[in-house]
Amino acid sequence: MSGIKTLAPKPSELPQQAPRRPPGILRRALRTWRGRIGAAITLAVFGVAFLGPLFATGSGEELNTMPFGPSVAGSLLGGDDLGRDVLSRTLNGGATLLVLAVLATALGLIIGTAAGIWAAFRGGWADTVVMRIVDIILAIPTLVFALLLLSMLGPMLWLVIVAVGLSHAPQVARVVYGAAQDLVERDFVKAVALMGVPSFRIMRREILPNLSTVLLVEVGLRLSYSIIIISGLSYLGFGVQPPTPDWGVMINENRLGLGVNSWGVLAPAILIALLAVGTNILADAIARAGLGEDRANDLPNPDSLGGR
Amino acid sequence: MLENNDRQPISLVRNDNGPEDVSARFPRHRRKARGAVSRTILRRLPAGVVTVFAVAVLVYAATLILPGDAATSILGQSATPERLALLRDELNLNVPPIRGFFQWLGGILTGDFGVSLVTREAVLSMVGPKLANSAVLIAVAAVVSVFLGTVLGTLAALYKDSVFDHVLTVVALVASALPEFVVGVLIVLAFAIALPWFPAVSMLGTGQYIWDEPIKLVLPLVTLLIVVTPYIFRMMRASIIEALGSEYVELATLKGVKRSRVVMRHAVPNALPATIQVIGLNILYLAGGIVLVETVFNFPGIGSTLVAAVTARDVPVIQFIVVLLAVFYVALNILTDVLVLIVTPRRRFAR
Amino acid sequence: MAVHSMPSRSGAAHHGIQIRGLDICFASGKALVVADVNFDLLPGEVLGVVGESGSGKTTLGLALLGHARSGLRITAGTVMVNGVNVLSQSAHDLRKMRGAVIAYVPQDPASSLNPAIRVGDQLREMLQSHPECIGAGATIESRVNQILGDVKLPATDALLLSYPHQLSGGQQQRVGIAMAFICRPALIVLDEPTTGLDVGSQHHVLETFRQLCRVYNCAAVYVSHDLPVISTIADKVAVMYAGRVVEHGTVERVFGHPQHPYTIGLLRAAPSPDRSETLLGMEGRPPRPGAWPKGCGFYDRCPLGAEECTKAVPSLAPFADQQFVRCIRAGQADNATAFGIRTAPPKPDLGRSNLLEIQGLTAKYGQTAVLQDISFSVQAGECVAIVGESGSGKTTMARCLIGLHSNWIGAVTLDGENLNPASMKRTNEQRRRIQYVFQNPYNSLNPKQDIETILAEPLRQFENLSRKETRERVYQTLSDVALSPAYADRMPHQLSGGERQRVAIARALISCPDILVCDEVTSALDVSVQAAIIEQLRMLQQRLGLSLVFITHNLAVVRSIAQRAVVLMHGEVVEQGPVSAILDTPSHRYTQTLLRDVPRLKERLIV
Repeated sequence: MSGIKTLAPKPSELPQQAPRRPPGILRRALRTWRGRIGAAITLAVFGVAFLGPLFATGSGEELNTMPFGPSVAGSLLGGDDLGRDVLSRTLNGGATLLVLAVLATALGLIIGTAAGIWAAFRGGWADTVVMRIVDIILAIPTLVFALLLLSMLGPMLWLVIVAVGLSHAPQVARVVYGAAQDLVERDFVKAVALMGVPSFRIMRREILPNLSTVLLVEVGLRLSYSIIIISGLSYLGFGVQPPTPDWGVMINENRLGLGVNSWGVLAPAILIALLAVGTNILADAIARAGLGEDRANDLPNPDSLGGR
Repeated sequence: MLENNDRQPISLVRNDNGPEDVSARFPRHRRKARGAVSRTILRRLPAGVVTVFAVAVLVYAATLILPGDAATSILGQSATPERLALLRDELNLNVPPIRGFFQWLGGILTGDFGVSLVTREAVLSMVGPKLANSAVLIAVAAVVSVFLGTVLGTLAALYKDSVFDHVLTVVALVASALPEFVVGVLIVLAFAIALPWFPAVSMLGTGQYIWDEPIKLVLPLVTLLIVVTPYIFRMMRASIIEALGSEYVELATLKGVKRSRVVMRHAVPNALPATIQVIGLNILYLAGGIVLVETVFNFPGIGSTLVAAVTARDVPVIQFIVVLLAVFYVALNILTDVLVLIVTPRRRFAR
Repeated sequence: MAVHSMPSRSGAAHHGIQIRGLDICFASGKALVVADVNFDLLPGEVLGVVGESGSGKTTLGLALLGHARSGLRITAGTVMVNGVNVLSQSAHDLRKMRGAVIAYVPQDPASSLNPAIRVGDQLREMLQSHPECIGAGATIESRVNQILGDVKLPATDALLLSYPHQLSGGQQQRVGIAMAFICRPALIVLDEPTTGLDVGSQHHVLETFRQLCRVYNCAAVYVSHDLPVISTIADKVAVMYAGRVVEHGTVERVFGHPQHPYTIGLLRAAPSPDRSETLLGMEGRPPRPGAWPKGCGFYDRCPLGAEECTKAVPSLAPFADQQFVRCIRAGQADNATAFGIRTAPPKPDLGRSNLLEIQGLTAKYGQTAVLQDISFSVQAGECVAIVGESGSGKTTMARCLIGLHSNWIGAVTLDGENLNPASMKRTNEQRRRIQYVFQNPYNSLNPKQDIETILAEPLRQFENLSRKETRERVYQTLSDVALSPAYADRMPHQLSGGERQRVAIARALISCPDILVCDEVTSALDVSVQAAIIEQLRMLQQRLGLSLVFITHNLAVVRSIAQRAVVLMHGEVVEQGPVSAILDTPSHRYTQTLLRDVPRLKERLIV
């Protein structure tokens, strides 16, 4: 018998200590300054939105000063267009926006990921059909798409989630499709397919886990865009309905009093901006951690850009 | 994406015509190049027409899914039967949906876009001037943002990791995430109220166009620039950095080519395709982004018109503007593809 | 030959190239990547720098042009070219020297030639950047035409107006070489310029290069992992390991009387197209830069290693005339045999019947036929090699067999059972019996799964085992491919290329197949690892009575492992039969040309 003639140490005698596994992408992202700042900002705004109601002096729907009037006791930010307390309205006005944004993001990601992986893996007609539908929805700007649905069916909150989620789906599908197409061509996917492993199992076990970086980045970006679109819809009067306090609604209501009491606009505007920026910075940190700093530094995915 | 920390030896055998490749034929260039461009257009055009058609169906169908009867839904429960009948007739609800759709489509193809339910004006003459204003806004925003984005992006890439680069990168990251109406409101606060340099609203008198009062263009324009430029900047910077790290730039450097020539002749042309794609996406985005920006500034464009139409459920106006946006999307996509093809010889000429 | 004039080249007394004490570090920190390199070259001489991936040979090559890739820094040493120290030049002078005095030929012209610039413009650019090199009485155009003639490319518009991707690999590399010689430099650095080429193109490119060196009296440093190529074209050799030159001297001395254990190991691992022998692999991998041991870098893999070797790095000491060795045991009598001896490989027991039969197989991609009427058979326990250059259809052949490519007609029968063209439409049992090993081990293992999960997948598909039985089978199969059970919970990126390929083989093996289809399984690996993998496959063939279909472009490997060979050219079988018959007395012209062009080691080793 001719054994394996290897020189010196056989592999089995090599040092048993394997090199340490690198930590997950999210954890690596949170080790960078960018990641920490992004996460801190995001958490802070979430804190204001969900814990704020506990600290607010009222529901924000009571009239307690003149329109755009000066501060009354316990209120630092003055009154709004009807004389309601801006601080109370600000503290009460974020939770709905955040819940809607998170749900819309989740909906868009689930539909988009499923469609993208399926199209890339099946190829052929599945590919054509999915990408055609994607192209058709993309031909209508996201905000216009949501406006169209909401104007026809009325400003209902569940419809906001569906409209925004559906408008994210094609963009997510495109990004996932691109990445998955790359994976489908990889030999490890072919190796498993050659054994006759069922398609669903291949998509779930071989393809999906390798999309984790792409998906994490998408979560951050889409959350950021959801916040922008949903607050924009509220601003236009198609989201949360007055008199319920909401940041987007507040900016619209108090716009005319900008010169008198700018807090009515500034407070919600700053919170929305911080939230969008925070989630976006976090997404950027994840992308950097996932792709490595050297990987063209921060080559953004063209499909993720300008794709609000 | 995929982690691969190991060095990966490359030794895939490349295609070759064998030992006698010296005498191999070389391709003929020019004819093939022109062929590639027209082939792309011919391939994309039918798909584009299908997309626009599908959007038209979608928009038309949307008006049919109004809960209950569309006319009632628009006029409200208290409307008189005569008015309802009139509106039904106007919306062509008395014919079967499919016939209604093709009548509407036929109207569009012959230049008849219907009549606004609110102003009773022909849609085309009502939206036309708004369209001109918006086109100016988008065009100027596109030109300025492309210029700023590419120049700043190239500079940041060349001086990578300098203070200049770091500041621009962070500013771009923050600016790209800001919602446009928040930016708009803050800009108004800063440059119309705190420093009253520009008008806070861009409303125009009847019969006037935006170029009659260009000062009213400034704040909406700045708002759009802040939102759009960062994307072009980031893509240009990243593409140039990638090109500068490429093997062909290394070879050019080792050939003793001047640095300025390495950048302008070797790096920039190869960074263009990706940047053109992002520019295309951003101009598309501008077409949607003007909705909010125009509303913030009461700018008389198709964006604010659309919001007004949606609020008033002015169906013919909504249909017209959405189909118009879809046509713009398709046209711009084809244009982007062709431009990318033109600057990418690798894709333009077959092997 | 007219030689350009450099303003700073005053000292005519200093001729040739002298490299002294060259050190290259990581830019962040002090960890060395290349250490203490010294050598001299005379005009017209070629130095071959040999090393496996990660040995620092490319880094060294670039340093000769005063260039360090990002993250690296040249920290010490001098590179004297005709009396001028390249490393002490100002940025401006260095730019003037690059291209004109020292030129570079990249490894992969497909990615090093600018894809957006026409070939002619890239050639002219060299002269535009160095106008002093055009030469008296010549113009840019005339010089471009002249150099294209030198590399045997037609100086037609068709070529000059082409973009690089429109040329074949061989043409691209000729352009690369023309570009390097166009300024008549004193030194040329070539980084594996023929790696991606077929033997035919490689042969022509090497011939052209050797000729030009002579004509232009130009010194050259030729970096390569390919020992036979180096032995064909170089005058001197420097063998690199872990950033240091471990043996240096004339080709005759270093390849004829190797002294460093690493050099000996490399030569023992290289298969020969002329003799059928077992190969001797060297497992393990070189220490990473930054983790170099205090003593000899090769100690871990060295069969001669002694306590003393770990104390300090040995110096590169003169051993014989024109030979330097960095080993304290250089010259001891038993060195050459300490590695074992290459022997004639054992004859496998062949089953009587044909296990796999291919008859009249014709395959297409779209409308283009890539395989025409292929017929051959594989006996049980036999290794059949499918040999061909790129474009011969050999990979398509493999893919047809396992059903990855299904657009073919003809018959493939396994034990008399017809196989459906598409893998999807075959039975589980048929799929189990023919397994496939992919070319690139960096691509064939899911980076998100540990080795146990990867190996358990076929068992889940083909057999119904309990968790405990599965684990036992995984361990057993790992040991079959010489990996310890500890590998079960490692991730693919923690393994070296050779280890990954073993795992890929284990995955194919775990379901006890009858036939293994191996598609260029060693082409992504270093030669020492290639030898170990080949021997591994041979052992499995012997012990398990496995049949192998071994796809390769490498005739030497064919000689070493296969019993029969099928030679493919442009999708057709031109010759098939026993390996010895085909390689000793080829009857078809194509096979003869292939054999003639294969570079051979000029070794005089006692085997």
